[in-house]
Amino acid sequence: MSGRVLVGVKRVIDYAVKIRVKPDHTGVVTDGVKHSMNPFCEIAVEEAVKLKEKKLIKEVVAVSCGPQQSQETIRTALAMGADRGIHVEVSGKDYDSLGPLQVSKILAALAKKEEAQLIILGKQAIDDDCNQTGQMTAALLDWPQGTFASEVSLEAEKIKVVREIDGGLETIKINTPAVLTADLRLNTPRYATLPNIMKAKKKKIANVKPADLGVDLTSRLEVLRVDEPPQREAGVKVETVEDLVAKLKDTGKI
Amino acid sequence: MASDVFVLLKTYNNSTKVDLTHDLSAQRAAVDRVLSAFRSICGPDGVSLGEAVREQHGKDESVHKCRPPDVVVFPRCVEEVSALAKVCHDHNLPIIPFGTGTGLEGGVGAVKGGVCFSLRNMDQVLDLHPEDFDVTVEPGVTRKALNAYLRDTGLWFPVDPGADASLCGMAATSASGTNAVRYGTMRENTLNLEVVLSDGRIIHTAGKGRRPRKTSAGYNLTNLFVGSEGTLGIITKTTLRLYGIPEAMVSAVCSFPSIQAAVDSTVQILQAGVPIARIGEEEREKLKIICDFKNSCENHDAYSTDVCVPLSRLPQIIVETKEDLLESRLTGPIAGHVGDGNFHCLMVVDPNDPDEQHRVHLFAERLARRALAMGGTCTGEHGVGLGKRVLLQEEVGPLAIQVMQGLKETLDPKNLMNPGKILLGLKGKRLFLGV
Repeated sequence: MSGRVLVGVKRVIDYAVKIRVKPDHTGVVTDGVKHSMNPFCEIAVEEAVKLKEKKLIKEVVAVSCGPQQSQETIRTALAMGADRGIHVEVSGKDYDSLGPLQVSKILAALAKKEEAQLIILGKQAIDDDCNQTGQMTAALLDWPQGTFASEVSLEAEKIKVVREIDGGLETIKINTPAVLTADLRLNTPRYATLPNIMKAKKKKIANVKPADLGVDLTSRLEVLRVDEPPQREAGVKVETVEDLVAKLKDTGKI
Repeated sequence: MASDVFVLLKTYNNSTKVDLTHDLSAQRAAVDRVLSAFRSICGPDGVSLGEAVREQHGKDESVHKCRPPDVVVFPRCVEEVSALAKVCHDHNLPIIPFGTGTGLEGGVGAVKGGVCFSLRNMDQVLDLHPEDFDVTVEPGVTRKALNAYLRDTGLWFPVDPGADASLCGMAATSASGTNAVRYGTMRENTLNLEVVLSDGRIIHTAGKGRRPRKTSAGYNLTNLFVGSEGTLGIITKTTLRLYGIPEAMVSAVCSFPSIQAAVDSTVQILQAGVPIARIGEEEREKLKIICDFKNSCENHDAYSTDVCVPLSRLPQIIVETKEDLLESRLTGPIAGHVGDGNFHCLMVVDPNDPDEQHRVHLFAERLARRALAMGGTCTGEHGVGLGKRVLLQEEVGPLAIQVMQGLKETLDPKNLMNPGKILLGLKGKRLFLGV
């Protein structure tokens, strides 16, 4: 199997940041907060680059949907070994309501336009935890899907995928073209080294608008309110078992 | 509310052991007086008298017993650190800075009680300049957290002591790691420090915001505080030198017929100018057995010695040390940074066996003196802390110790900063606390 692999990379709040909810409860604070590539997207990029290094595929194209800053995320993918990037410009209100449905429509349109033979995505993003984009993209394209992949091998015209499922591991064989989503144990992503970061500056990132792809960004979802989880309360010490039972009854626990 | 204060004092008195020394009980009374001042500085949640919290902040990963402070405070910024220090200074309370508690020489033990400044809430990476290869961090940032933060820049901070230690704590103990042979230790990689002195003054050792890669400007205050183990001031920011992540790393494991052959090869490799990041030596079998044993025996401590000698003396000291181990009926596999002449004997000690503890203690002292006799040091990376103060005197000599004492008296005349560490026999000018 040769050809082109599309890898989706999402710009999210860095995993090490302590998240704070906005005072108006419409979302979380993103201004001035460190962002980086979604960790599962890093694993997806690494897998695509590995396939290219094994000469099983020819070209890795990194795609990101979002505002201007998404280009930094694409540059990181390029520094890891992707060949070129596509930045689908989505900003403002459209970006606030951008979700798996819209992104999967964009990816499906791009896959057709670029004649991709494989789409590799992270299994989910760490900001919304949706775990839907890979599945929706496959459905829109009517392609088979190998999700939660912890092992991928290309065999002739098929792909063998070992999937992490609740009961253990499931091995499937799917036809190409296909959509894969990367799980944690698929690989360990490489660090971008300085020379590769310099080389990545010379690689091309094309700008595309969703309208050019014929994609309607209207969302079917409306976020009503965002709250923090309840604060942990202090424990209470009691002197006797009777006190304990009384307290449990008072607070409705028994 | 008065009743809350009364309850707190009652809880506090019930949870601490009564010490019969007048000095320490007078100090505890002073702590009680300042609690409300502390709370107004770092908030009611920023002050803890809880026994568990104090015990947690009275020990590190050494074999030294826990010496809890009288109170633990959690400042959130350098202004709070300064205000807290002023209060402590006015009331003659010892100040013990605390990073991650991963030290190996008992450096955080509050031997005279006092106030532990736990700095973990100051955890921001500030001022990253990838094009200049430098970054400034607060004390709550550990080395692994920094390297995770830097991962997209192609840069890393290579000093890697065993623990995931606070970078400011690493500056305080002049830490080193397996990469020292190529990248150096904290001494070579600290460009600037923000330090709060015992009276609350905030200084920048190389000037505020300055980060040149080299300088000849004035006395080297930065390296005065590196390795000062909290005895001269509280480090609240450190500016570090970064390096490019290596593009490729190749490892090789080589067996040698003798230690001499291993060291000779090391010297030749270093002389040939081959960029080597780490050269380590270990006795694999014994190490594995000791690690398994320690993991399975909950009530044993692991103790690591830490001497460093000129490379050419390494074979002799290792041979003599092995003979000593045999004679003392002790087991201590040796692992080391051969490229630096620094090695550690890793020993499992039963804390309930005073005879074994005594033999290990004497063995470690003999080892340190052996290293000193060969022109080396009693501590390559772990610091002096509590246990090596006498050895330090032997190592640098009485005149150098006098100079160190003079510096300590200038910067901390009341001897409030982490008393009992590095230097012996300091009196400090205080109203009611003697030595």
